[in-house]
Amino acid sequence: MSITKCFHCGDDCSTTKIYHDDKLFCCNGCKTVFEIFSENDLTCYYDLEKNPGATPIDINGKYDYLDKSDIVEKLIDFQEDSTEIVTLYIPHIHCSSCIWVLENLHKLNTQVISSQVDFPKKKVSITYKTDEFSLRQLVELMSRIGYEPYISLENYGQAPKSIDRSLVYKIGIAGFAFGNVMFLSFPEYFEVSEYWLEQYKPVFRWLMFFFSLPVVFYAGRDYFKSAIKGLKSGILNIDIPIALGITVLFVRSTVDIVFNLGSGFFDSLTGLVFFLLLGKIVQQKTYKFMSFERDYKSYFPIAVTKINAEGKEENTQVYDIERGDRLLIRNRELLPVDGILMSASAEIDYSFVTGEAKLVTKVSGDKVYAGGKQRGNAVEIIAEKSVEQSYLTQLWSNDVFQKDYNPKFQSLIDKISKKFTIAVLSIAFSGLLFWLFYDASLALNVFTAVLIIACPCAIALATPFAMGNLLRIFGKNGFYLKNTNVLEQMADLDVFVFDKTGTLTTNKKSDISYSGLTLSEEDKMVLKNSFRNSNHPLSRELYSFLSSQNIQDSETFEEHLGEGIISSYNDHTYRLGSAKFVANHVDDSTLATAVHVSKDENYLGKFKFETIYRKGVESLFQSLDTHYKLIILSGDNEGEKPVLTKMLPKTTQMFFNQKPDSKMRLIEKIQSENKHVAMVGDGLNDAGALKQADIGIAISENVNVFSPACDAIMDASEFYKLDRYVEITKKGIQIIKFGFIFSFLYNVVGLYFALTGQLQPVIAAILMPLSSISIVIFTTLATQYISKPILNK
Amino acid sequence: MNVIYGLLAISILVALVFLGLFIFSVKKGQFDDDYTPSVRMLFDDELVKEKGDDQSKENSNNQPKQS
Repeated sequence: MSITKCFHCGDDCSTTKIYHDDKLFCCNGCKTVFEIFSENDLTCYYDLEKNPGATPIDINGKYDYLDKSDIVEKLIDFQEDSTEIVTLYIPHIHCSSCIWVLENLHKLNTQVISSQVDFPKKKVSITYKTDEFSLRQLVELMSRIGYEPYISLENYGQAPKSIDRSLVYKIGIAGFAFGNVMFLSFPEYFEVSEYWLEQYKPVFRWLMFFFSLPVVFYAGRDYFKSAIKGLKSGILNIDIPIALGITVLFVRSTVDIVFNLGSGFFDSLTGLVFFLLLGKIVQQKTYKFMSFERDYKSYFPIAVTKINAEGKEENTQVYDIERGDRLLIRNRELLPVDGILMSASAEIDYSFVTGEAKLVTKVSGDKVYAGGKQRGNAVEIIAEKSVEQSYLTQLWSNDVFQKDYNPKFQSLIDKISKKFTIAVLSIAFSGLLFWLFYDASLALNVFTAVLIIACPCAIALATPFAMGNLLRIFGKNGFYLKNTNVLEQMADLDVFVFDKTGTLTTNKKSDISYSGLTLSEEDKMVLKNSFRNSNHPLSRELYSFLSSQNIQDSETFEEHLGEGIISSYNDHTYRLGSAKFVANHVDDSTLATAVHVSKDENYLGKFKFETIYRKGVESLFQSLDTHYKLIILSGDNEGEKPVLTKMLPKTTQMFFNQKPDSKMRLIEKIQSENKHVAMVGDGLNDAGALKQADIGIAISENVNVFSPACDAIMDASEFYKLDRYVEITKKGIQIIKFGFIFSFLYNVVGLYFALTGQLQPVIAAILMPLSSISIVIFTTLATQYISKPILNK
Repeated sequence: MNVIYGLLAISILVALVFLGLFIFSVKKGQFDDDYTPSVRMLFDDELVKEKGDDQSKENSNNQPKQS
């Protein structure tokens, strides 16, 4: 075990070292969690995984609203007498230690009866007694041990979603029937006329008939529905030949056994439906812990603190906020509505909205917008609008958010199914005509045989297996797509639009440089100590930037919120902060953020924060530039324009000072020129554009944290590989096309048997699974084979 | 040879029972979470060991230091 790592959370503890019980902790929070666990015999937590914990965050007063019974009622799943069950989403769940400790919550508090973790969904459902306990105490208990649940407006009054499991039932039934029918039809494959076999033939055949009934009328139901829907809207989709094939198989087989003409094709029929349904389930790769449908509700709190007419604090539901209400926003709390700041000053972090982590300083009387987070002391605001009418949330009332699919999009299979259906029908009818003149007794036999053998099972399986496998490969690498349609659309793009802040730039760290007079060791030491005492994010960054080791508290320390710090040491007074605060003259030649320093009224210099672009942005743009039109949309000012023009290809268009809805409209404009657009963004202000674009890709530093509604979520560390993913999808489409050719070849062989009137059930029973299985193997292996070298290069 | 009717009936009945069990377990949500139970299963042993006697508890506490 590394010595400098915190025993609890695994963070680096080179700056602060706390020893307890021979173990090293990075902060008192982690130590406290360890103490709670060791008192309650739960240290097994640390045996299962190394450094599994999270540092608990101070939640003083944050969950007071959970005392209100009407809010609690909307959150819990079940309530009876003195027992309640609640399901909470806990983003920190990540390892087996988490499962273990959360399922042992009853050891920490006897009021907890049981708890069960659903790891893929990162949820825990807890049953507890309410005699001496409440939801608030439960949430606070979990926060104390570092498992703070995430409760947002989305949970409020959310009806439990019923899970649609019908596909699994259908597969179960189709598989069951397929297996049994295979057994029953096996004896007849060999065409032996043995006495006992002849005797029991009718029993076997009628049993097969009964097995196929639920397959046709239940498991295969969706194909009929979709075919009828397609015919009604005048589209020849792939489900039409499939539905036709199923119908013909069933009718012909029934006629065969009724008139004792043969054993029928029940084996092929049940097998066909079973394989097709398998394809459907393979296509559905779902990431249970993420959602592609989020709106502002996932970011917003359920309740805020309101100051009522008597000046008392009370909790109020966010939807109940009215114009003119006085609200108290504490440290790290989110502004739920647009309002006017009443307190002297506030530091607002709009990173949810813009993706930029820098704080914006507001002073009394300024307008503050919903979506920002207050940092520092609690502030008071007066609400100007209700939640739904606020500047940011209004975006969601736009029509874009109502429709949920792209009507223009036509998948590859739709494109070929039209030709395919026409071809199959014309072959079937010309076969019918030919045999009517040649040998009328065989005519119907040939007609039905063509429709049976041409049933596009293998074609219908090529896309699900190729795309489903790519979806899994992408997911393993940190690029999560909503469904396989997104992949097909990705292969067919013309324009890439990028958001700048948070997408092209990182919001984690910035490049810090110092310019000005040289700082002495003592200066550095004083600065470092001053920054240590401040909670401002810039101070935190500068604290880790300065190398001085000497830790000694300065004699005096004053922090002026939104302006800077004054501290003194050895009779020297240091001022650190904004240009205005430090030197009383504004010398901001660049638009970049800087922290200025002065000592005893003498200006020393400034620390400049430079935005860092993500790794590989330059090469990504160069590579995409050859095939696509590239556009940058930024909500910021033009400060970074020179850097971007120097770094990126000349053809890249740039738009600055873009508002959320103007981003969306620009995408709409490009689309009206019949171009397919991909939008790559991150913050809530990109939500409209992400939704409007043909595919919206959300970049996320941490995929467990929410990203706005989109078609794909990409781990930020994969961003530079975007062009490679596009390349793979293009190759994936080629593989599908090869798959189509393969299955056509099978069809040609089958058609030979069908048209010559020699199609025996056994041939159909061999060809159909053979073609399906070989297509499945081919597409799966081929996608694996192409994606490996491209992703690893 | 009439026994074949009986055999067929039995075999189909057995198959139907399994199909019914499958549908029942899917309906109860037993396949919804396919990861956690695999981990949970391993915890049970550990808990028994810990409760069993103090000696093994010490052993289990010592393990992380060695590794």
